[in-house]
Amino acid sequence: MATTPAVPSRTRAVESLSTWRRGDRIALALCWAAGIALCLIAAAIVLYMLFKGIQTLRPALLAERPAEGASQREAGGFLDPLVGTVVLTVMGTALAVPLGVATALWLVEYGRPSWLARAVESGIEVVAGTPSIVLAIFGLALFSQTAFGFLSFTAEGNAVFGRSFLIAATMMSFIALPLVFGSTREALQAIPAHVREASYALGKTRWATIRRVLLPSIRPGIATGSALGMGRIAGDTAIVVVLLGATLRLDAVGNVPVLSTLRGTGSTLTSYVYNNSPAGEGNAFDKAYAAAFVLLLVVIALNFAVDVIARRGSSQWS
Amino acid sequence: MELTPPPPVRRIVLDEPPTVVAAPAGPATAATPQAPAVRRRTAGTETVVRERMRVERLSVAYDGKAAVREVSLTIRAGEVLALIGPSGCGKTTLLRTLNRLTELTPTAQRSGSLTLDDDDVDALDVTELRRRVTMVFQQPNPFPMSIFDNVAYALREQARRRPRRSELAGAVEHALRRAGLWDEVGDDLDRPALRLSGGQQQRLCIARALAAQPEVLLLDEPCSALDPRSTETIERLIVELRETLAVVIVTHNLQQAYRVADSVAFMFLGELVENGPAEQVFGAPRAGRTRDYLAGTFG
Repeated sequence: MATTPAVPSRTRAVESLSTWRRGDRIALALCWAAGIALCLIAAAIVLYMLFKGIQTLRPALLAERPAEGASQREAGGFLDPLVGTVVLTVMGTALAVPLGVATALWLVEYGRPSWLARAVESGIEVVAGTPSIVLAIFGLALFSQTAFGFLSFTAEGNAVFGRSFLIAATMMSFIALPLVFGSTREALQAIPAHVREASYALGKTRWATIRRVLLPSIRPGIATGSALGMGRIAGDTAIVVVLLGATLRLDAVGNVPVLSTLRGTGSTLTSYVYNNSPAGEGNAFDKAYAAAFVLLLVVIALNFAVDVIARRGSSQWS
Repeated sequence: MELTPPPPVRRIVLDEPPTVVAAPAGPATAATPQAPAVRRRTAGTETVVRERMRVERLSVAYDGKAAVREVSLTIRAGEVLALIGPSGCGKTTLLRTLNRLTELTPTAQRSGSLTLDDDDVDALDVTELRRRVTMVFQQPNPFPMSIFDNVAYALREQARRRPRRSELAGAVEHALRRAGLWDEVGDDLDRPALRLSGGQQQRLCIARALAAQPEVLLLDEPCSALDPRSTETIERLIVELRETLAVVIVTHNLQQAYRVADSVAFMFLGELVENGPAEQVFGAPRAGRTRDYLAGTFG
């Protein structure tokens, strides 16, 4: 080249608010305000619950069963509701994860015929959008049928009670299902097509590819979805109130060790809080706060687990 | 930094019939006026060249749109065949058709015949075909498992008894040695494969493809995501591998094609324009379109 290229002069990227238009400055201030307000609200909830929790929570509450009668004011802790929350969360997740993962695998890896794939997707969207109280009422109608008597207990005259841990967990799984499905599908879609082809190009079948390559890669995605689903199940009240029989104590049906508890009724921390709040009959506000604090800790711990899992699984193919 | 002048416009003659040249018996001695000033890599010993795959009047169309038109060529063991041509000319489609990967695209249609050792590829079980004709992709794509499991992946039969690790160790080491990776990773095969560098990952992918003991190795621009040093390692590897295998490589890099290939096929708009020994195609291309393409790139 004949002419020497001009040396570009370096200018430092100086940006000061004084050069902004007024509208932009107002918008920025609003964004800041929104973010700070959200932090304040979250902090207020946690601090208030922490304060109330420290005030009201005694170790004995975690180890004692609720009192026999309706009033919880005199005696009783919330061991049974705590066990109920754990049982329901574990069972609901255990049902939702295989179903959600299988659905996502079918949709992303096969997805044919496409009208069926679209129908499945809209179906899951409908389930995700259904309020849990609607799911609860539907579950009650469905599981009160004579054919489902084995899930709860049958009274004289063939009336099925339709309320038990098994039934509540089944409907709870529909709350977690869309979350597990969504994060599994996202994880699958994030795997580049050439990774699958690399497996096919070594003479592997579709199923071998799914089992050996895809499933190990989407494990963090599945874990994230499961943890999100667990948080939702642990926090749901409507299904518990309608489908778990509203007995504060675990009330077994029959005398087979584990099954009779699962066929029986009980409560969870959410229904315990409801029961002891001013809206319920327990009449022990302090215990409601203590239980709410424990529930909050459980859900925050689950959310934290989601963060950890998601961060650990983030280094994948470019 | 000084700006380089824009590359000259390539003019490619569209209305010329394809010029496919049969490989002459002896080594070509044509002068190489336009050849780039790089030394050709050669393997140490002369290898026996034997026909492996035969492609005859092969056409592939996506959704009725032709991507490869009536291509006929031969793939020989002991030889590296480079497919060159501008983007979208059907090189990769042709390559993917060789082990029936195009069938994964629902809209793809194929016509013409394709044989491996005189057997029609459609008569073979597709998993067997793909074990005999393995492929390495443009992006390094090790599976999210250990180095050992990556290489052993093709060896572990599906649905049958999983062979024990000790039974596979020999084959895994052999494949890693052939891919030139053993010295770097041999001491710790349990490391996750995704933690290797890009060049190592790509050689791991080659080892993975070699572990299946293939007869033909397909490489789809294997170096385009790598730095020059890794590229050099892999090019040397390709030249060594052709002693025992048939190697087909798609590349955009003409210098690379010149360095590694024994024969070169130039494709344009889905047609095979010229096919012959590398010296001849690069040195004295017979087709006007090849000449234009090479001149445009080197000019």
